[in-house]
Amino acid sequence: MIPLALDIATGAITVAMLLCGLRLLRGPEIPDRLLAIDTLYVNVVALVIVLGMRLGTELLFEAALIVAMLGFVSTVALARYLTRGDVIE
Amino acid sequence: MDTVNSAVEIIVSIMLLVGAFFTLVGAIGMVRFRDFFQRLHAPTKATTLGVGGILIASMIHGVAHGRYGIHELLITMFLFITAPVSANLLSKAALHLKVPSGAGHPDVARRTTTGGDSPRKKAKPVRSKGKPAA
Amino acid sequence: MSMVEHKTGRLWLAHPVLSLILAGSWLLLQRSVAPADLLAACVLALVVPRVTAGFIGNGAKLQSVGAVIRLLRIVLWDIVVSNLTVAKIVLNPLRSPTPAWVPVALDITHENGIALLASIITMTPGTVSCVVDQERRRIMVHALDCDDPAAMARDIKARYEQPLKEIFG
Repeated sequence: MIPLALDIATGAITVAMLLCGLRLLRGPEIPDRLLAIDTLYVNVVALVIVLGMRLGTELLFEAALIVAMLGFVSTVALARYLTRGDVIE
Repeated sequence: MDTVNSAVEIIVSIMLLVGAFFTLVGAIGMVRFRDFFQRLHAPTKATTLGVGGILIASMIHGVAHGRYGIHELLITMFLFITAPVSANLLSKAALHLKVPSGAGHPDVARRTTTGGDSPRKKAKPVRSKGKPAA
Repeated sequence: MSMVEHKTGRLWLAHPVLSLILAGSWLLLQRSVAPADLLAACVLALVVPRVTAGFIGNGAKLQSVGAVIRLLRIVLWDIVVSNLTVAKIVLNPLRSPTPAWVPVALDITHENGIALLASIITMTPGTVSCVVDQERRRIMVHALDCDDPAAMARDIKARYEQPLKEIFG
């Protein structure tokens, strides 16, 4: 039962990532693309967790944590760059 | 023992499906909605119930398989703390760039540059308060 | 001399909750409660709040534990319910939502309380707090689907701000 649910979850998250990629390409504004990147990061976290369950390994947990942190920092930096024109003044 | 195991399996599967469903709904919303501020609602959903559900499934799965720890809780906590911050910064950036909004612009739009300064203004007195103590 | 000691003593454990969270996070990351890890967790719990004291300010004093539990229950419930509402809006191709800007006037004065309120508003889907306007003491909220902004503002104030006022005093 769990393997089937894992398959469905993997598929759904992959489709979600493709849709985010579509928004990333289409824009139309820069914040839209940034939002798409932010959502992509969150989806990658979910995908890595699902992959960890599938492979039965705990090593991927650290990977998910690092992806989450990188996603937050890059979103903050880029949003700040858009508002102010620089990241650290 | 077998009934316990199958109950755990069912709960894990349901949480996985719920998480995947809301992640997908968030992404569909982001493609479907017409302006940026409506699209902004999508990632908050993907984070709350989407990733939340998958992390809960992973936690139950891990505990049922006799692994120590509910360390997925850390990612959940991290996402719950950071998602509102990044959403707020994104909307600030959008207001600053005057991205079109279906609901019109709030009258704070022109003030966002000063609004964006407030965290820095706030941070300074705090820091100077900390220095004499240190 | 004694005053200096008193001051540093206050600084080492100025943020007990933060210390607790730090120690807990470390143990969760290590996935063990071996003596060495416990020791490292204690060191982190003592040193990090001390080092970052200049950045995080004085923090808040918890006034009411009951209000925390009540708020937690309300927020978790609202996250589930409004997730379903938003999912319905997203998946219904015939209906396009009517977005609106909702100004929420603030009664709460504590900075951390305002930040927490803004975060809670964003985490419950359907509403995103866009601008925290400190000069006019209000939060501009973007609602995905809202016919009556005044009612929504009243709702937010009653459900989230009231417990927060009790928590931060």
